[in-house]
Amino acid sequence: MPATIYLNVAVSGLLTGLVYGLMALGLSVIFGVVRVVNFAHGEMMTIAMYIAVALFAAYRLDPLLMLVPIAAVLFALGYVMQAGLINPFINRPEHSQFMLLVAVAMIIVNALLLIFGPDARSVQTAYAYDSFQLGPLIVDATKVYAAVAAAVVAGGLFAFFRYSLTGKAIRACADNYQGALVVGLDVRRLYALTFGLGAACVGAAGSMLVLLLDVTPALGPSYTLLAFVIVITGGLGSMPGALLGGMLIGVTEALAGLLFTPSAKSMFAFGMLVLVLLFRPQGILGKSAS
Amino acid sequence: MRSGWLDDVPQRGLVLLLLLLFALILLPAFANDYLITVLILILYFAYVGQAWNLMMGLAGQLSLGHALYVGLGAYAAAALYVHFGVSPWIGLWASLAIAAAAGGAIGFLAFRFGVAGVYFAILTIAFAEFARLAFDHWSWVGGSAGFFLPVANYARNDLLNLRGSPTMFYYLLLAMTAGAFVLCHALLRSRAGYYWLAIRESPDAAQALGIDLFRYRMYVVVLSAAMTSLGGVVFAFYYNNLFPEQVFHISRSIELILAPIIGGIGTLFGPIVGAFLLTTLAEGLDEIMRAIGLDVPGVKQIFYGLCLLIVVMFLPHGVWPPLAKALRLDGEPSKDHSGC
Repeated sequence: MPATIYLNVAVSGLLTGLVYGLMALGLSVIFGVVRVVNFAHGEMMTIAMYIAVALFAAYRLDPLLMLVPIAAVLFALGYVMQAGLINPFINRPEHSQFMLLVAVAMIIVNALLLIFGPDARSVQTAYAYDSFQLGPLIVDATKVYAAVAAAVVAGGLFAFFRYSLTGKAIRACADNYQGALVVGLDVRRLYALTFGLGAACVGAAGSMLVLLLDVTPALGPSYTLLAFVIVITGGLGSMPGALLGGMLIGVTEALAGLLFTPSAKSMFAFGMLVLVLLFRPQGILGKSAS
Repeated sequence: MRSGWLDDVPQRGLVLLLLLLFALILLPAFANDYLITVLILILYFAYVGQAWNLMMGLAGQLSLGHALYVGLGAYAAAALYVHFGVSPWIGLWASLAIAAAAGGAIGFLAFRFGVAGVYFAILTIAFAEFARLAFDHWSWVGGSAGFFLPVANYARNDLLNLRGSPTMFYYLLLAMTAGAFVLCHALLRSRAGYYWLAIRESPDAAQALGIDLFRYRMYVVVLSAAMTSLGGVVFAFYYNNLFPEQVFHISRSIELILAPIIGGIGTLFGPIVGAFLLTTLAEGLDEIMRAIGLDVPGVKQIFYGLCLLIVVMFLPHGVWPPLAKALRLDGEPSKDHSGC
């Protein structure tokens, strides 16, 4: 095989990986602040994907343009989930939080199954088969648009946490829970806000991914796992780590699919996760594990 | 220490337990085939739940990948039987050894490098997923097309080769569940049991007291993995077919730990009570949905999820601790009998 094929596949994996990274960024933000692992993460993303599919089917609305409203809907969902369900579980043991979110995931998967049926749904845009050519490199236009959108959303989130007062307050909660309480921050509201932001990330990522792959109700759990793999590889709680991990997993899966069989590609992602956990449990960009 | 252990249970608790065991032994004489299959499911989940509970409930190590040990146990015994005609009673030793080695490897890697908590849980998922994908591509055991045992002749029970009627599997699982219960009870009163409890409550304090964290965590992972693999052996010979997508899937790992969590983590009765409640809930929902004409895919699971949600929200320690209180089995000695 000529080298350009590898390059093409790697670039394609990198672009998809950026979208994965945005999805994982949501998980990372939630864990970094609320210290709850969102076991319903992939399932929440399928909600966003189905909203995008439904909007496209009914009104021909482009998922990339609907990215902001869909993210807003997911933000509301995340806010309500944290405020209503998860806040009482903050100080409960991990297995208890795990159970709660597994139950939520189960309800989401089956509610989607009930509403949309088990068949795969997809969105066929006018630009689905367009591509850009850059020398020997041929890239899908859809992937480029999705990756750019993912980078913009992630950049917005970085800016929010770095420069806005609310973002700083949320970081304060993450750094020192008691300190945040002492200075009078409304931690529960900030937690709800954080979960909402994390959910908005998956919402945005979902409306991009729907352009790249078909959605079924059963897709959720595998993307929850993928988000774990990415976040742990990059460093749980590290925001740039999630993006880096996403790109790394994207490239690994794409190349493994090319070199071996596509059905074995996730094996390499899990293999990488095992290696990272063993030699650098805090992740590539993570601070030391607590 | 949490209430609900057998050591806190008064004499009448033991009487009730023996009555329960007696009732379960007599039950097949009165039950139809459907009821037997439901009881088999209950006992299976009670058994593997107990094995998982040993690791999580006693030593506080959260494993979300126990389907790995079920699958390794199932495939090892089944492959030896199909390819070499080895009786499952011999094959189970291979299952035990392989699952124990896998548990040991995961434990060794994780505990050596200080991987704990959420990270440990996700490491266990990763190994189970890795095994799922690997078995999908391993043609000697059928790959993703599945691995099949010759279907049993139900006219005759062949205990030596585990070929036989559901009733035989029922008694086998009943014996295993009872055995696991006795073993866990004995372990709880052993030196290792107290060490595990200490590690669960506070690893730092346990280490300060001179407990070798690494060694005792290794013991519990290996033991739990080996116990779980026996559940896999029975699973393989009862269902006669194994698909990597089903056996190793993350949803199997989750299913397997629901019973002890709903029943009550760290209690001996939790896995049994949880398995009973969850299986009857699932089967009961089937009946109800059919009766009211809501037999649509998804509805049952939504109700099931809602029930889990409610239990985990309002009974944080599971069903058993409050139930034990209601039955006055939680250490307040009393002479009167309330029904079993």
